[in-house]
Amino acid sequence: MEVTFVLQDGTSRTVEAEDGWKLMEVAVDNAIPGIDGDCGGEAACATCHVFVAPEWRAATGERTEPEQDMLASTFGVREDSRLSCQIRTSAALDGLVVEVVGS
Amino acid sequence: MTISLSRGTELTAEQAEARERIYAMPLEELNPGDPDHYPSGNMHFIFERLRAEDPVHFTPDEHSGDLEHYWSLTKWEDIQAADTNHELFSAEGIVTLNRPLTADEAAAPFNDGTMTPEEKEAIRARGTRSLLSMDPPDHETHRGAVSEGVSPANLAAMEPIIRERAGEILDSLPIGVEFDFVDKVSVELTAMTLATLFDYPQEKRRQLTRWSNIQTSEPGPGMPAETMEEKNAARREFFVAMSDIIERRRAEPPRMDFLSLMANSPHSQNYTETELVGDCGVLLVGGNDTTRNTISGSIYLLDRNPEENAKLRANPKLIPSMVSETIRWQTPLTHMARRTTRDVEIKGKVIPKGDRVAMWYLSGNRDEDKIQNADAYIIDRKNPRQHLSFGFGIHRCLGNKLAELQLKVIWEEMLVRFPEINVIGEPDRSHSNFVRGYEEMTVVIPRRN
Repeated sequence: MEVTFVLQDGTSRTVEAEDGWKLMEVAVDNAIPGIDGDCGGEAACATCHVFVAPEWRAATGERTEPEQDMLASTFGVREDSRLSCQIRTSAALDGLVVEVVGS
Repeated sequence: MTISLSRGTELTAEQAEARERIYAMPLEELNPGDPDHYPSGNMHFIFERLRAEDPVHFTPDEHSGDLEHYWSLTKWEDIQAADTNHELFSAEGIVTLNRPLTADEAAAPFNDGTMTPEEKEAIRARGTRSLLSMDPPDHETHRGAVSEGVSPANLAAMEPIIRERAGEILDSLPIGVEFDFVDKVSVELTAMTLATLFDYPQEKRRQLTRWSNIQTSEPGPGMPAETMEEKNAARREFFVAMSDIIERRRAEPPRMDFLSLMANSPHSQNYTETELVGDCGVLLVGGNDTTRNTISGSIYLLDRNPEENAKLRANPKLIPSMVSETIRWQTPLTHMARRTTRDVEIKGKVIPKGDRVAMWYLSGNRDEDKIQNADAYIIDRKNPRQHLSFGFGIHRCLGNKLAELQLKVIWEEMLVRFPEINVIGEPDRSHSNFVRGYEEMTVVIPRRN
């Protein structure tokens, strides 16, 4: 599958990803700037904050409970905010587009 | 004489003796919160032993000094699990492991001299209230009121200001002469930043440093406050100054500093006095000791690890990674404390409901099951951002990016100016179980580039 990260400077990077990974891990493996993943993917640091493109909102599902708690204390949160460690890559998300928020 | 531990760190004879003494003690006597262990660094031996033999450790009243009984979490996984479970591990009314306050102390900030013993006791009984000592939903209200002050946009605006100040501080340093790096650089830069964050007059910035130092230390000879009376008076001064400023800011156009943000938050009209001074105090301490002691720590660590220093000087791109590694190694705040909301079982031990639990970030950051060669300072280690120093979960450090920014900027400016900075002798380390820092560190800068 492919994922496109829209970076904070407005440019985009499209990368290959295997199924079953946390989207945060895909970003860190590809050195996407603005995604740090300090807590290792436990929805406990909010350093992997992204906005999900409208057409992908349904497919990426609902926020998890710890994610919801964390986003309540995070900068610049919008309705389409997600922590990318709480999104798993899968064939159903092939072509996913997210915007990196930065922290 | 030095003795090598299995993982390659070397101990002096004195340290080896201290370690042996700690390993010979009955487990139940181990009191990792005793501040006497911290200037010597001996708390590391206690944590090393606890991680191996008693990772969820209980210190009873009779072995706790004046702290009263408490639990210690020493393994990374247990610390992260507790920090991210605010339902089981409540922050309500508690921040750190300290001696319980007397009614006089608790009431000191609000006491104009006319308070009755009953009024003081009522304040003590209500306990600490601040964005760091609240659970949801109050936590989100209080944190949300001020968080914009360190938003990414605000930090971007602050970077050139911090860089200009760093340059001026460094250009004024003496060359070829011994001086105290803590006072001249670490305190100076962070005090300036703190004054900006509070929009407090720059010429009075050291007042902020003083209030913070007094708040986080027990009074005594050679300490920031010599007596309890002096400490209580300083805490009252801080409260009066903050309340006055916040009152004035309510009549002024909104700005981005913490006090204006608090003044203009619709919720802040309903804050109690305890909450107002609590939030201001957390923001003060959070912006003071932490970054200051990490700056000093980086100077000390790079002096004592010449190979790491050579790596950094050969490749300044390692600055961000060096900064993260220093934040891990230093762990400028050693722990945060919580209270259990019901009986909690961890690794076969049952922590009863209502007991205090210290999450020892300092120990988790040296946990070999999580971090390889954890006692060593390695500026290009694989996952340098993997550390507990900022905490995890809803109370995670609000100013972590500002801390990293100040460290990055001061090092960028130091590398272009000074080919070496040499630490003379051993620094004077803080006598505290909470703030892990340096009171004084003598250095010499032999020449400029």
